[in-house]
Formats: sequence, structure tokens, C-alpha cells
Amino acid sequence: MRFDDEPVPGYPLPILPGHTSPGRFERVLRAGGFAVTTELAPPDSADPEDVYRRARVFDGFVDAINATDGSGANCHMSSLAVCALLTRIGYAPIMQISCRDKNRIAIQGDILGGAAMGVCNMLCLTGDGVQAGDHPQAKPVFDLDCVSLLDIARTLRDEHHFQSGRKISFAPRVFLGAAENPSALPHAWRAQRLAKKIAAGAQFIQTQYVYDLPLLRAFMAQVEALGLVGKVFILAGVGPLRSAKTADWMRRNVPGLHVPDATIARLQGAHDQAREGRNICVELIQQIRAIPGINGVHIMAYRQEESVAEIVDRSGVLQGRVCWYPGRDTMAQSERTAV
Amino acid sequence: MYAVRLWSVRHARGLNSFYRGFESLLLRLSGVFRALGFERVERPVAAVEKVVKTLLFDCRMCGQCVLSSTGMSCPMNCPKTLRNGPCGGVRDDGCCEVKPEMRCVWVEAYRGSERIPGGLAAMSQVQFAVDHRLQGRSSWLRVVREHGDKSAAP
Repeated sequence: MRFDDEPVPGYPLPILPGHTSPGRFERVLRAGGFAVTTELAPPDSADPEDVYRRARVFDGFVDAINATDGSGANCHMSSLAVCALLTRIGYAPIMQISCRDKNRIAIQGDILGGAAMGVCNMLCLTGDGVQAGDHPQAKPVFDLDCVSLLDIARTLRDEHHFQSGRKISFAPRVFLGAAENPSALPHAWRAQRLAKKIAAGAQFIQTQYVYDLPLLRAFMAQVEALGLVGKVFILAGVGPLRSAKTADWMRRNVPGLHVPDATIARLQGAHDQAREGRNICVELIQQIRAIPGINGVHIMAYRQEESVAEIVDRSGVLQGRVCWYPGRDTMAQSERTAV
Repeated sequence: MYAVRLWSVRHARGLNSFYRGFESLLLRLSGVFRALGFERVERPVAAVEKVVKTLLFDCRMCGQCVLSSTGMSCPMNCPKTLRNGPCGGVRDDGCCEVKPEMRCVWVEAYRGSERIPGGLAAMSQVQFAVDHRLQGRSSWLRVVREHGDKSAAP
């Protein structure tokens, strides 16, 4: 999808009526496109090239890239810094903000800072507990939760003041997102929780991994029953399973993740399990695309990032659309072909 | 105490009704509290509140009690102190991802809210960020302070 008024690099676009950000990701969704996002695992390094290398593998196949914020409570380069590096060359990052490591003073500062650096999308998360990561001895902050964080971010954007009431002179123009897990208990209340996030300011949702389509369909039926379709853009989370063993480990060790037995059996029966994992992912994306109310997919392929382009390509969901990447619209393609 | 905490959720309906009665009594006494001075009664009232609510709910005295909106399951017992519902990490057995030996505070809150008339609607209200200055202070007195005048008016 190419926008007529798109400058190079891709940021900032003029803000259209009804839009809250100058970003491409919001444009794609509001234009009715089926959006594709993915996740960049921030490096354990201070080298910016490590970030660019990780971003380049997605070129042409994703509309936005999530920069995780200490995901799994592990220490990595900060999401704000990854986003700032990415926006320098025009990528559309989604800055993840977790409530685990920072209080409201630091978080509000990051929202302003991120927006100043050209970040147009922010994903408000509670975050994993510190016990899950490599620094279990750390102090968990959780001054806010994802809903109060959304409320604070929306207030900054729409009402131009900090939570304290103190005015800001230029509001962050951001598209706000949140996460949801259709597979976690209590199933009956998950859509209601989504309603709460929308009320607090969520404009788009990226879900946890979905492998169990009946669960997702049941969740979407609740979303529809609550009248939420059209009030939020929903991107279903998917990802390739590397092997039956990994899948089984994930479902036993990642709380809230549900992988059906049939999926594991199918992986076990395959000659090339990693390839079968990608096949399953492609099929899931195609089936998810057919569910009413779903506006895109969020592909989380931790340590298999290079497979994202192939998965998106084979799924056909872009319908020939080439997502923007640095250099897409210029003749200088030599750098890309060299990668 | 953990077992009592679970009992309280099972009896959320009765406890909620009891609290409603207790709250209207407090509101009727607002003139008395005002005459004595809120700051003077703060410490003794908070001390009583702490004993009662710690026993029943493992209360953490956040000072801005929302038990009526959380099915009598105190959200401050959530390791992430979530005030707006469960995180995505609830285990399939309904236990907490951080403390696997503990029932998820919000799975319990959902059960308790189902028992309270209007409980699920209350749970669906957005709870704004906690004011940490109120930690250790009495929620009961705060209600009287904020709503006492209105109900005292005939």
C-alpha cells in the first residue's frame, strides 16, 4: 500500500481526520488493509547495527515492528532506544511499554521522548513478573497497570497534561495499543477486559499467540456481543513452532499459552518439524484472516525472525502489497540485495 | 490468611451487603467524625480497619479500597498489583503465574463479582492509577470524608 502523500522516509505523514498519529501503521488499518506486524528481539548489545540487521529481515513484509520492553523480564537494549534507531531511517516501530520496570514519572517521560523521536505507535502492557527473567532479584515496580497506563497515555495525547494535571506544550501524537490473551482464564471475562482497555484508550490490540482457533472464535463472538467490533483494530498473535518439543515446552512453561494436542501431534508426525511449524503458521494466518472483526496478524517468531517474510509471503494476506521499508521507493536497491 | 481470603470470595454477596449497611452507618456518623476531627481519628480507625480487613481479605491497606468492585478479592494481593483485571499469564488451573501456589486474585474476583448483584458491571469500570500517598490510611474514613456531607443532608 503506497500513500499519495507519503514522504521519504515514511515519517511523518500528515494526520488525516479521525487519525491520532502521523504513522503508516494507523493509516494501513484505517484504510481497511489487513495489517501485518512482527516483533524485534532487542539485542544484548550497544551496537545500532545489531538493531538494523534484525529489522532488515522483515523488509517489505510488515507494516510495523514491535520493539519489546524487557520481554520475559530479561534485560536487553531498551525499547525506546530501539524505536529511536528505527525511526531514524523511517521504520514504523511499535514501542512496547511495560509497567514492570518504571513508575509513572519515567513512563510519561518515555511517552513524550518516544513521540519526539518519531514513534507513532505505543503498546501499553503490564509486563511479565521479574521471576520469569534473568534478574529475579530485581524490584518489580508495577506502579501502574496496563489499563491505567493507557488512560495516562491517552490523557497526555488528548488532554495535553500529565497525570498530575500539569500541562504539556505539545502532545504526543500516538496510536495506542494493548495486548489481550483470548486463551487465558477467565475466558468469559476476556472480552469485557478488552472493553475496559478500549474505554481507557486502546485503539488497537495485539493478542498473545493463538493456536486454538475455536478459542479465538469464541472470544471474537464475545467481542461482537459486546458491540466492540469496529471500536478497535484486532491483530491476532501467531508464530511458527520450531518443533513438537518446543511447542510442548511452551505450553507447559508459558502461562496463558494454549497449544492444542492436535497441533503437537501434527508436528511430531512431520519429517521436517520446523517446516511443518511454518506451514501451520501460514494456515493459521489464512484461517484468521477469514474471521470477521480481525484486522491483521502479529507474528512473533522469536529466534526464527528470518522466517517471517516467507510466512507472510506464502499466506498471501498482503495481496501483492509491499509494505514500506527504507529504500522501497528509490532505485537504490543495491544495499538490500546485498543483505 | 489465604484460606479466609478464599472464604470471603465465596461469601462475597453477604460481605458486600454487610459492608453496604456498615457504610451507611459510617456516613450517618459523619458529623461525629467531623466533630472529633478526621486526622485525630485516622490512626485508631485505620488500625481497626487493618485488623478486620487483613483477617478477611489479606488487605494491604492501599487506602482506596475497591473490594466491592472486585468480588471481595483484594487486587493488591496480585503480585503485579493489577487493579483492572487479570493479566494474560493466568495458569490453566486458575493459579497465578508469579505465585503458582496461589489462586489468581482476578479469577477469584470474577467468581466473587458473579455473586454480588451488579458485581460484574462494577468490575468493568476502569480503575485509575493508585495514589500511593494513601497507603496505610483508612478507606472507611475516606468514604465518609468524600460522601458524608451529601448523605447527611436531609
